[in-house]
Amino acid sequence: MSIFVDETTTVVVQGVSPTSQGLYHGLRNRAYGTKVVAGTNPKRGGEEIEGIPVFATVAEAVEATGATASFISVPPPFAAAAIIEAAEAGIAFIVCITEGIPAHDEARTYARLVAEHPGTRLLGPNCPGIISPGRCNIGITSGDIALAGGPVGIVSRSGTLTYQALHELSQQGIGQTTCVGIGGDPVPGTNFIDCLAAFQEDPDTKAVMLIGEIGGSEEERAAEYIAGNVTKPVVCYIAGVTAPPGRKMGHAGAIISGSKGTAQAKMQALADAGALVAQNPTEAGVRMVEIVKELG
Amino acid sequence: MDLYEYQGKQVFARFGIPTSPGGVADSPDEAVAAADAAGYPVVLKAQVKVGGRGKAGGIKLASDAAEARRCAGEILGMDIKGHTVRRLWVEHASDIAREYYASFTLDRPAKSHLGMLSAEGGVEIEEVAATNPGAIARIHVDPIGGLDLETARRWVADAGLDEEARAQAAEVLVSLYRCYDEGDCDLAEINPLVLTTDGRVHALDAKVTLDDNARFRHPEWEEYAATETEDPREVMAKAKGLNYIGLTGDVGIIANGAGLAMSTCDVVNQVGGRPANFLDIGGGANADVMSAALEVINADPSVRSIFVNIFGGITRVDEVAKGVIEALRRVDLRSPIVLRLDGTNAEEGRALLHPHLSERLTAEPTMLEAARRAVAMAGAGAGRGAEERA
Repeated sequence: MSIFVDETTTVVVQGVSPTSQGLYHGLRNRAYGTKVVAGTNPKRGGEEIEGIPVFATVAEAVEATGATASFISVPPPFAAAAIIEAAEAGIAFIVCITEGIPAHDEARTYARLVAEHPGTRLLGPNCPGIISPGRCNIGITSGDIALAGGPVGIVSRSGTLTYQALHELSQQGIGQTTCVGIGGDPVPGTNFIDCLAAFQEDPDTKAVMLIGEIGGSEEERAAEYIAGNVTKPVVCYIAGVTAPPGRKMGHAGAIISGSKGTAQAKMQALADAGALVAQNPTEAGVRMVEIVKELG
Repeated sequence: MDLYEYQGKQVFARFGIPTSPGGVADSPDEAVAAADAAGYPVVLKAQVKVGGRGKAGGIKLASDAAEARRCAGEILGMDIKGHTVRRLWVEHASDIAREYYASFTLDRPAKSHLGMLSAEGGVEIEEVAATNPGAIARIHVDPIGGLDLETARRWVADAGLDEEARAQAAEVLVSLYRCYDEGDCDLAEINPLVLTTDGRVHALDAKVTLDDNARFRHPEWEEYAATETEDPREVMAKAKGLNYIGLTGDVGIIANGAGLAMSTCDVVNQVGGRPANFLDIGGGANADVMSAALEVINADPSVRSIFVNIFGGITRVDEVAKGVIEALRRVDLRSPIVLRLDGTNAEEGRALLHPHLSERLTAEPTMLEAARRAVAMAGAGAGRGAEERA
């Protein structure tokens, strides 16, 4: 089993042209085995690129192919509109890897999804995507470093650290059910808690690796959730213990976050919630290997 | 991008938020000219991107030209928490009856905008927040609906602002939200928002942080970008388009991805070293990017060793290796490099690098081992820079 995507997931890639990032990544995902069934481009409806039928709109693509997921890597000025277009077309799962979307666009888009399209889940923006090894890969994660078969679920706010985590586990022969990169932007469509809840429900996921970083309070909220709802073992790593103490956003930042937001506060909260907190990515991998071996 | 007070007030002016008349000055002569124009008495305020300038002596009152000249001379060049004062904001002094606090920022957990308003503004607002959180009236503003005047009127009453200030304050808040929203601010803060003895409400200070991601739709931000940072290392990195933050240690760091770059700093610290910087070269680790990164690190006299930590995802490690080899041809490095290359095509990358390895260019199989080696080399003073300093 896996969360959010599986071998039945069919993907429409938004914004395909012979030179677009969307096509490049879409073809990589297809080569991995993902069912990429359509592309969109307002100027290329009716064409076919690399064997992918292209439609002018997501709605047309959904009507013709029944696509259930969409993949967005269009430039920042167009990303918010692309997300809304996918939701309006009835797409249930949207992956947006675009980096650099203005925070106000993200806030407005999220508010619209909640109000008008409650059945749609957005992953990202600014994330590496999702891979359920051997079943489906939407995004930019290299399929080579993932290993099918479980039993570990991974959820991460950081791109390269997600790869690092996959690599540490795969090298030890420990597979993954699903690896979700939620991205580090101010308004993520899917957060740690959404993923923890799904992994807790997924019978094939036996343990969860959570990778966070400084800033915000998503990790602290995840810790509260773990304490009350997650019975499976959780191994965590938080990046940024020595990172420059970010731009302090006037008094407002201090007033909102209090002591929250630092790596130490996040690690303490997660440890208090019963999670195993590793000091570096390698140690996180080692601890997870021990846990999986104990689980038999 | 954080703005100076005077820049924040320029942004405020665009959205009709009232401020005191004033101007910038880079010399005592300019300060007198600005003071004459604003009308005495005036306040001279150090322009630094750090809090606590008032307590540090960076804000002074002057009642005539001679006094303005003397105060300007005292403040210009002053060091405030490591920031040298190069510019002043000179404005007409207000007769303050009351000081309030107002701000808008993103409430990440709520995924909504948060407005905060308090009748107890001024320098102790963080203290107020900690000891008397009830003194701050908070509202969430729907990112789609925005803030209307009626809501703002209820809000100023809830916050307990003085009767005579309420009508004007409500209008300022609606303007401040527009400034925050349409102006693509991460933070728009007025502290203090003052009520003067003659019954006017206006912003005495401006703290504005712009969302760098929105630059593409704000050509008017160009001038702010020019004054964004004063650290010469950061200025150089920015000119080369690199995501660099200067730190105080001696191990130069280059990594791909912000998370991995942070993690690399952490691991260096864990094995007893101190990172000289945070540098994320992003996804495109080709020869140009790698050369630029090495040049920036090489220009930092504190650096004694360089740790290049790359995990190839979509970035292929063989491409990174070619980039490193090419960069070494272009840049004459003072410090030895320790490489850790892993991920997609790592074997091919290591094979490419193998003939180039030496005492000054070593490769380690894991992040931890590479960190240990880089820290040991920095400690041994293996860099030529260390010898120069000795």
